Amino acid sequence: MDYQVIAFWLLSFITLGSALSVVFFTNIVHSALALIVTFLGIAGIYLTLHADFLAAVQVLVYAGAISILIVFGIMLITRGDGKMAETNLFGKYKYTAAIVVTTLFGVISYFIIRTPWSIETAALSENTIGDLAEILLADYVIPFELAAILLTVAMVGAIVIAREVKNPK
Amino acid sequence: MIESIGLNYIWLVPLAPLVAFILITFLFKRFKMLSALTAIFSMVISFWLSLDIVKTILTDHSITMNSPLEKAVPWLNMNGLFIEMGALIDPLTAGMLFVVTFISLLVMVYSVGYMHGDPGFSRFFSYLALFVFSMLGLVIANNYFQMFVFWELVGLSSYLLIGFYFYKDSAAQANKKAFITNRVADFGFMIGIIILYLYFGTFNFAELAKGISSSSDLAFLTLAGILVFIGPIGKSGQFPLHVWLPDAMEGPTPVSALIHAATMVAAGVYLLARGFILFASSTTAMTVVAYLGGWTALFAATIAITQRDFKRILAFSTLSQLGYMVMAIGVGSLTAGMFHLTTHAFFKALMFLCAGSVIHALHKQDIFEMGGVFKEMKITGTCMVIGGLAIAGIPPFAGFWSKDEILLVAKENGYTLLYVLAAVTAFLTAFYMFRLIFLAFFGEKRSDYHAHESPWTMTVPLMILAVFSIFGGFIGAPFVEHGFASYVYFGEPHHPKPDIMLMGSSTLIALAGIFLAWLVYIKKAISAEKIANQFAPIYKFLYNKWYIDELYQWFFDKIVLGLSALLNWCDRYIVDGIAHSIAWMTRTIGAKGRYVHTGSLQTYGLVIFAAVVVIVLFLAGPVVGGVQ
Amino acid sequence: MITLNHYLLLSAILFCIGLYGALSKRNAVAILICIELMLNAVNINLVAFTKFLTPEVLTGQIFAIFVIVVAACEVAVGLAIVIAIYRDRSSVVVENLDWLKW
Repeated sequence: MDYQVIAFWLLSFITLGSALSVVFFTNIVHSALALIVTFLGIAGIYLTLHADFLAAVQVLVYAGAISILIVFGIMLITRGDGKMAETNLFGKYKYTAAIVVTTLFGVISYFIIRTPWSIETAALSENTIGDLAEILLADYVIPFELAAILLTVAMVGAIVIAREVKNPK
Repeated sequence: MIESIGLNYIWLVPLAPLVAFILITFLFKRFKMLSALTAIFSMVISFWLSLDIVKTILTDHSITMNSPLEKAVPWLNMNGLFIEMGALIDPLTAGMLFVVTFISLLVMVYSVGYMHGDPGFSRFFSYLALFVFSMLGLVIANNYFQMFVFWELVGLSSYLLIGFYFYKDSAAQANKKAFITNRVADFGFMIGIIILYLYFGTFNFAELAKGISSSSDLAFLTLAGILVFIGPIGKSGQFPLHVWLPDAMEGPTPVSALIHAATMVAAGVYLLARGFILFASSTTAMTVVAYLGGWTALFAATIAITQRDFKRILAFSTLSQLGYMVMAIGVGSLTAGMFHLTTHAFFKALMFLCAGSVIHALHKQDIFEMGGVFKEMKITGTCMVIGGLAIAGIPPFAGFWSKDEILLVAKENGYTLLYVLAAVTAFLTAFYMFRLIFLAFFGEKRSDYHAHESPWTMTVPLMILAVFSIFGGFIGAPFVEHGFASYVYFGEPHHPKPDIMLMGSSTLIALAGIFLAWLVYIKKAISAEKIANQFAPIYKFLYNKWYIDELYQWFFDKIVLGLSALLNWCDRYIVDGIAHSIAWMTRTIGAKGRYVHTGSLQTYGLVIFAAVVVIVLFLAGPVVGGVQ
Repeated sequence: MITLNHYLLLSAILFCIGLYGALSKRNAVAILICIELMLNAVNINLVAFTKFLTPEVLTGQIFAIFVIVVAACEVAVGLAIVIAIYRDRSSVVVENLDWLKW
């Protein structure tokens, strides 16, 4: 067996398992931790797809920044009443949503399998950072800059929304 | 081309009063005498031009009924619709122009005296000018469209004048009645014109005449003729649309004179004469016209016998005389109809102006409250007697010649029934006219009043008209060569032969009528009240004008309002009901349906993705089913 | 041999897990987390397409980068909103957040 195949199945198992944990854990902090595992698993998946730069970004941005952000968020919205085990329960659509989602998965997988993909066998370059840099800073330079502006705006917006409102007296 | 000021400036004939109307309305309204003088001056211009036209036609024989002079400018030229504004000059037009301008001029002079001191003095003259303008425009029209436009203008100005004392409720009712009745008739006229246009593609009289004489579609011509005839039924007060004319007495008396003699009711008869070829082409239409005219003549005369109001009696006599004219045209003699129109204009204007003079002096209208007025008002009284003799048909007064000619043509053309009707009417006419004269002017005073003769502005027109009422008939008398009949005719000139038998009998009939009136009201040999009591139902029936007004009222109250109520119900409960139930459905669906919006984020998400699944499966149905 | 279909199915499963969580969890932060899962599933898709369908151009990866950027913004703003709501109502249970109904 090819080590790539082993890596794929292993990483898939980790990713899907932790993703299921994210959903089914009843403690929101546990869910957040499982999320980090999922992100790392996905980073591994990227590596099997020869996307080394993306794998690095995934680890830095998702596993690092976003996870920490979420954990901070959880901290801010959770009362310290010792009932952490009931912070992440299911709502009224537990079963209805399961039916809809299963059907949706059936539809998606049916089309995935049925679609005749035109597979290209050419290999990716070993190091994609150089190519990505050329594309991002030449062809996609305007979206790139826009993304920077978007980040700034989102940051300012988040601060404005989350800021504590002083009683206007 | 004939050189004549009148013919060259024929436009000025109707335009002069229009200019006067505009000037008075917008500039001179506050200066009473200036307004009156402007109106009279404009009439002098029109009258002088009309005289010149008449003179040209009499001296120069190139303009005849069969070769009229036509002048026109294009007015509307749209896709497939060509309408011109023009003048058609033939002896018929010239005669009408003379009558209209002559009577109008005298009436205006008279009005200076009659309307003296009235707060609406200037307004009155501006309306008079508008009225005359409308009528003159109608007379010179060279096509049906132009005629219709002025026809409606005549209706409008009569509306304004009948309602001159608009603050009086009865006047407001009367002008409304006149206008609405005329609208009913005008509608028929309009449809007639339109179908004529659709059939022949022109409004022009001359072109239509050509088309009609070469057309053989008798049913169409009959229909068109009768539809066009509906116009004169309203305008010239023929049965059953005569109801407005007696009520039109609510206007000032000079207006009554104008309406009855020159500018309004004459329009209907003039239309019949102008469109004569249309009626002549269909025997059925002619028969309808003739019998309706004859019937109206008798019908109105029977009502006139019982009336008590001075002006109302005259109004019904007008209806009766109009019946004569329409009948004359119906039996096929345009000449006799127009001749009677002319003489009638003289003596009816005379009588109305006399009535105005009496009412002006006495402030009373009921003839049973008068009596002996002759002693105080010699000129008016004399003129009234002349008018009475003229309308009764005593030779040599004007009415004798024209009425005689109508009787003659009725007899000659084989309408024996109509001849008898007309003769009976002539008897009744003589009776009721002299009933009026004997009751009002002779005998002793029956109430307290102070009479005085009217000022010269009123008596001078009376005297002029009296002269015309005496001698006016000679223009068409049978022994006059190149008389009225040599100029105004249809087809070939038809000279009446003097029929001594007929003349004698009609004179006797008229004298019998006068004698009977004398017996009843002067000699009192026969008591009028006794007869009235003995035949009370008939008397009441006649006094109430055959209950025609009541019939219309009933028709309106029960049928029209009933239908309206039904339609109202339909509208309210069916049409509105449908609209309301649609609105109710929308409201209810909205009220219930808004609960779909739960506001719950996850419900929305669930629905969205469920919908995605359904839509994808629906769109991809053929693929999933294995078709592709 | 691992084919494109393997990756796509992995991505689909991940997406569906995320969707299921987003539709069924009560905690607003948990919903945000699940949305992150869905976005990641999409990213796997894009990267897999780059590898198997268009190896010579890296458009898929570029898209993935932008998705990560937008996801970061989304998490930041989303958490800010959740915090604001919590401050107002002392609760982040989405089933109670239904003030926009009828």
